Amino acid sequence: MENPYVPYPVRIDDIEVATEDKSLKTFTFVFQNPADEEKFAYKAGQFAELSIPGVGEIPIGIASSPVEKGFVKFTVFRTGMVTSHLHNMKKGDIMGIRGPLGNWYPWEKLENKNVVIIGGGFAFTTLRSSIVYMLDPANRSRFKNIDVIYGARSPGMLLYREKLFDWEKRDDINMHITVDSTDDPDWKYHTGFVPQIVEKNAPVADEDTYAIVCGPPIMIKFTQPALTQLGYQDHQVIMSLENKMKCGIGMCGRCNIGKELVCKDGPVFTLEQINQTPKEY
Amino acid sequence: MNFITIDKKDWAGGIDKSRKTYRVFGPVQDENGCQLKPLAPDVYPLMDAGVTVMSPKSVLFPQTEKMLTATLDESSEDHHIMKPVEKDNTPRVVLGIRPYDARAIQMVKLNFDNPDYQDPYWCEAYDATTFVGLGINRPDSCDFSTSAGTGPFSEEGLDVLMADLDDRYLAKILTEKGETWAEACGFDTSADAAESQALFDILRKEAEKNITASVDTDRLSEKSILDLYEAPFWDDVAFSCINCGTCTFVCPTCWCFDIQDETKHKTATRFRNWDTCMSPLFTHHASGHNPRGSKVQRVRQRFMHKLKYFVDKYDQGIMCVGCGRCVASCPVNIDIREVCKTMNNYEKE
Repeated sequence: MENPYVPYPVRIDDIEVATEDKSLKTFTFVFQNPADEEKFAYKAGQFAELSIPGVGEIPIGIASSPVEKGFVKFTVFRTGMVTSHLHNMKKGDIMGIRGPLGNWYPWEKLENKNVVIIGGGFAFTTLRSSIVYMLDPANRSRFKNIDVIYGARSPGMLLYREKLFDWEKRDDINMHITVDSTDDPDWKYHTGFVPQIVEKNAPVADEDTYAIVCGPPIMIKFTQPALTQLGYQDHQVIMSLENKMKCGIGMCGRCNIGKELVCKDGPVFTLEQINQTPKEY
Repeated sequence: MNFITIDKKDWAGGIDKSRKTYRVFGPVQDENGCQLKPLAPDVYPLMDAGVTVMSPKSVLFPQTEKMLTATLDESSEDHHIMKPVEKDNTPRVVLGIRPYDARAIQMVKLNFDNPDYQDPYWCEAYDATTFVGLGINRPDSCDFSTSAGTGPFSEEGLDVLMADLDDRYLAKILTEKGETWAEACGFDTSADAAESQALFDILRKEAEKNITASVDTDRLSEKSILDLYEAPFWDDVAFSCINCGTCTFVCPTCWCFDIQDETKHKTATRFRNWDTCMSPLFTHHASGHNPRGSKVQRVRQRFMHKLKYFVDKYDQGIMCVGCGRCVASCPVNIDIREVCKTMNNYEKE
């Protein structure tokens, strides 16, 4: 019998400090057994359990994209016991990854649609995965307009800065990068909170436009009315939720919102679905 | 269906024969009351004991269980690679399990053995286990199993159902597993099927008559989740609760667990332990945020899970078999039957 609790052994291939305050690091993992990489076939929006023997496991969104081969990437905020331990690990260390877990952004439904990606702070990991996926030459023609609104507290707190500025230069994606504030006189992008930038820059919704929203609760709270104003209906707003998890496979019982389990029935839900469940996230 | 009679004089000898192939579990009295335990070679099950304090769920789902282990010794080639812990999945038999507890195991099975994932620890233990139930001739005062979709002589989840007829047991063999167990014990005195079934029916009706407690569940499925969730009665329900979690630990259908790592010398072990939705840590995010940070939210979660979310998700009634353990054990007398009635009768204004 397949044991879903056994992680795939991986080696830390690279560690990058992701933000200026060093609270986030991006870890690149390579599978110890090449066959495991195929078993780990994932879609943008899914997550995995990073598993450190003797320390524990943490559910983290997959930041690399299915079109990037040979490695998987996770950007991790140092906050609890496992993430603090992980931040102190070094290149070459062996640990485990269990997954992929959960559902993904509804890529089939998004085909031939305009996609608006809205992210704030470090909730940009599975959005990075999604953008890289959509911009891949094999996939770009499957989507209509792509808009990205992404903000952080300051320029140094934006994740994946080089990628962002590369995307900025392309003509097949509309980037709206913003920071809450900056004293950098050369800052050429937006200043202001994400909801304000959404209000001003997000495309008005027709029935072929979907928004994917990930961010801190405060950002989500103020982005929702902005989207409603622009004509987005609840089924056109797609969100990814987080809750405390252990098993990641719908058995341990803690991550439920009503009868849905965030780990297995989610983490991706439409606002329409979320409105029908208790808000226990 | 195949019936056999077992003279009580032959009972202990039969059990002894079966010990060659089975690990035998059964009710015994210890300093903490009546418990279901693996039986030492010279111990026999206390078949006429009352309801066990803890449910038999631990036979398949131990309170603490090793799952994986890894060596942290970097000189070893497979260091930091977690591997499943070897389990003893030789056949085991649970003697004297109550019919409603067997039904509870079928509910827990919905969680651990589903189309998407199978929990190998639970599933392999389940496959290795034979459940020999004993019908309840004299139900306890807290028993409300008949209104919870099971009953004192319910057969669901059992491999053998026995009836206590003073000097003998009448046993109904329900599955192949049950047949194999009876053979291993050398129990082979067959009984007339029609007569035996008639006797079972009489006993069942007599026992059911003695169950006076009940729950009302008929209108739960038609309510909306959000209406019940936002109902005004939760503060009253939770008022006296001290979040001790006893109800969840004694419950035969509560399946939630925690996973924790421990390191001793150079060996890391990953365990799972029973967890409880009554604990604030159950849902406490590392960030400090807690979606069920208050007591009333946690009490509501327990009852909503058992009496509404489960009902809607599986369409198999409530996640409760009416054993009455939580009613009897609750230190502040919270009664699931009352809560269920309140939910069932609730009309949003």
